[in-house]
Amino acid sequence: MAELIVPALLETLYMVFFSTIFSLLLGLPLGVLLVVTEKNNIWEKLQLNRILNGIINILRSFPFIILMILLFPLSKIIVGKTIGTTATIVPLSIAAAPFVARIIEGSLKEVDKGIIESSLAMGASVTEIIFKVLIPESMPSLILGITTTIINLVGYSAMAGAIGGGGLGDVAIRYGLYRFQTDVMIISVAIIIVLVQGIQFLGNRLSLNINKK
Amino acid sequence: MIKIKNLSKSFSNGSTKIEAISNINLQINKDEIFGIIGLSGAGKSTLIRCLNRLEEPTEGNIFIEEKDITTFDKKSLNQLRKSIGMIFQHFNLLSQKTVYKNIAFPLELEGLSKDKINSRVNTLLEYVELKDKKYAYPSQLSGGQKQRVAIARALANNPKILLSDEGTSALDPKTTRSILKLLNKIRKEFGLTIVLITHQMEVIKDICDKVAIIEDGKIIEINTVEELFKNPKTQTAMDFISGLKSNIKNEIINPFDFKGTIVRLGYSEDNAKEPIVSNMIKNFNIQVNILSGNINKLMSTSIGHLILEIQGEDGEVNDAIKYLNNKSINVEVI
Ligand SMILES: Nc1ncnc2c1ncn2[C@@H]1O[C@H](COP(=O)(O)OP(=O)(O)O)[C@@H](O)[C@H]1O
Ligand SMILES: [Mg+2]
Repeated sequence: MAELIVPALLETLYMVFFSTIFSLLLGLPLGVLLVVTEKNNIWEKLQLNRILNGIINILRSFPFIILMILLFPLSKIIVGKTIGTTATIVPLSIAAAPFVARIIEGSLKEVDKGIIESSLAMGASVTEIIFKVLIPESMPSLILGITTTIINLVGYSAMAGAIGGGGLGDVAIRYGLYRFQTDVMIISVAIIIVLVQGIQFLGNRLSLNINKK
Repeated sequence: MIKIKNLSKSFSNGSTKIEAISNINLQINKDEIFGIIGLSGAGKSTLIRCLNRLEEPTEGNIFIEEKDITTFDKKSLNQLRKSIGMIFQHFNLLSQKTVYKNIAFPLELEGLSKDKINSRVNTLLEYVELKDKKYAYPSQLSGGQKQRVAIARALANNPKILLSDEGTSALDPKTTRSILKLLNKIRKEFGLTIVLITHQMEVIKDICDKVAIIEDGKIIEINTVEELFKNPKTQTAMDFISGLKSNIKNEIINPFDFKGTIVRLGYSEDNAKEPIVSNMIKNFNIQVNILSGNINKLMSTSIGHLILEIQGEDGEVNDAIKYLNNKSINVEVI
């Protein structure tokens, strides 16, 4: 059993870790752009804002599993294959990116308008406001958002694994569902639950600890 | 120092157009503390925010040291903003940064070295008397302390002009006075021109040299503060002043200066018409001396107060006060 579960757990962690990083790399700039380009914001670009919103809404209205299946061919181009843990990271990251963008957007919008105003009055540029004001000021909320993202990716990776191979979700389905090894399924699911609880706990703690408000 | 010419700003909300300020002309001299007073919605914030173009004027020109800032491009505008400090009603400090980091912020924007920033911030902290709060976060400070941090931050780049958008409006009267004192000290020591907007005549009286009254987006009176009190030209000016005078009278009544008991009666329209005081004098063996009183007309009703000195034997005085209480008057023994 352990020789089944342990590698699967490591695969899950591997997928979640890298897809978190890549979805953040894609989603963070998108989220920032969504905020700063909106009406009356520091870099008002209404046309761009409408386009970004449109793309994100379309991507988010796809059922996640369909979006991933559509994106698997992209893995072929980027990592050279469509099956396996590494190949799964590509669709996982891209499918999660619009979700991350919305989460980041929400956090950044919580920043007090007055603080942005006083930064403008001090002669701060748009980039200075983004990196020295918006992001640091919303850090506690961003951390909670990233926590939610990681947890979603744990769930998504279980789904993705089932299609592309790898991770706890894959094991739970292949052994638990198809080969009737209920114990494997129960343990896999239990580990996923523990993982989710642990991540949420750490995220809450971290957010609380760094918040000076 | 600052010359405002035919300045207008309108906001369009869909189909409706709001003229927040219209055709404003003002001249503000160097080293002056210039107050702009008006009621809520008069256009004060819009006007002051045009001075560093946080608000883009729709029409008109603003000259600062002879340069028309309405023509500035982004880069010169940011440069200009670094030479104008600004403080706000709600302080607007970075909540996740220490007092030190907040004051260092404009210096970092300027690209100063760590050493230079360090020594400048320490000087400023000393100046606003907050050395012991260096590593505190804004949430750990009182309103007055927050505003002093904001002032230090506004002064960091040695500005020539300081703008205050209701800088004392969120503070209690005592803290307000201490902040005004600090602003006055800054003006004297740094030769700073201060433009402040407020809805409190108190503030104008305490530190301004000149005052402009703004109503419905227009300047209706410009005066020296002294002339304004001696010879107000407009009804609005008189209203602002009379509001102030009754407040002062309230403050200077010191119960130890009187033999009798001092009571403050708050009454509303319901009981304002009844001859309550007259009945009280008839029914009890007391003498009554009226010290001050006023009636404020509000939108739907009028409310007011009366301050009396009641002399007589303790028993009689107590009964009289009980009588007032029974008339559902708000009685406060001072
Ligand atoms: N961004 C804005 N959009 C639309 N209307 C505004 C905006 N800012 C101010 N106004 C309007 O302009 C008028 C003047 O506002 P303001 O300058 O904030 O007044 P004050 O500071 O004297 O209270 C008000 O009627 C207000 O509703
Ligand atoms: Mg205002």
